[in-house]
Amino acid sequence: MTIKLNGDPHEIPRPLSVSALLAALDIDPRRVAVEHNLAVVKKAAYDSALVRDGDAVEIVNFVGGG
Amino acid sequence: MDSLVIAGRTFASRLIVGTGKYPSHAVMKAAHEASGADMVTVAVRRVDISRQTESLLDYIDTSKIFLLPNTAACYTADEAIRTARLGREAGLSNWVKLEVIGDEQTLFPDNEGLLEATRVLVKEGFIVLPYTNDDPVMCRKLAEAGAAAVMPLGAPIGSGLGIQNPNNIRIIREQAKVPVIVDAGVGTASDAAVAMELGADGVLMNTAIAGATDPVSMARAMRLAVEAGRLAYLAGRIPRKSYATASSPLHGVIGS
Repeated sequence: MTIKLNGDPHEIPRPLSVSALLAALDIDPRRVAVEHNLAVVKKAAYDSALVRDGDAVEIVNFVGGG
Repeated sequence: MDSLVIAGRTFASRLIVGTGKYPSHAVMKAAHEASGADMVTVAVRRVDISRQTESLLDYIDTSKIFLLPNTAACYTADEAIRTARLGREAGLSNWVKLEVIGDEQTLFPDNEGLLEATRVLVKEGFIVLPYTNDDPVMCRKLAEAGAAAVMPLGAPIGSGLGIQNPNNIRIIREQAKVPVIVDAGVGTASDAAVAMELGADGVLMNTAIAGATDPVSMARAMRLAVEAGRLAYLAGRIPRKSYATASSPLHGVIGS
């Protein structure tokens, strides 16, 4: 199944929790924020929020800026 | 120097600095220390999922420095609101430097989008610091919408042109009931001093420090300039006059 991850198509084997998606991407969940279908996912919901086929996910972090 | 208070939070420094465009993270860290700033801006961007990158946060001591996420490069209220919400989740504070940009070339703010986004985010409990035009009426509307401070530009972002409309900055300070932070346009230390002498409560800059030949020295120069400007403002400058007024006594000159 295909999700839209940071604007690009991305294959996942099955519906994944946000936690599982971050782990699969080797991303430290403490330093990012996640938006799932335009709504921010609270860190407490990372285990329960399920990313399914066709969903849009944005994973962001802080970078240098003014 | 007297401290800066925004929305009940006290900052020792009236200089707020950015985290972008430094030659390296190590130089940024050294410049932050030299600046004395205890608030820095950060941008919210997509994680590069194709490779591991060094984290900016490894170079910011967040026990001493408060992170102010921005909504830079957002061109609509909706984009800025989404970015602010993500920044809150990433940083665990409800503060945002709100930018809604209206023009790519000048990066001037979109007033309507900015006001709309301010209203929405204030309602959601954000402490909103909007980057705005140097327009006293716009600043008043933003404050009325619940902005915790207003951040008029001195000149276009990254231009280094200095304070282009000092009279407007003075009027904004006289009228505003919230702190006024001059944000953008500073090129060198005297520009920061001018902003503070006009009564600004603080100055926010990035490129002027990060883009200097020696960012760490420029950071120290900016720290001194902001302190000097603040002290001069509080000390109360003399009025401008067209003609001379002698400093030495007119009586007792020999030969008279």
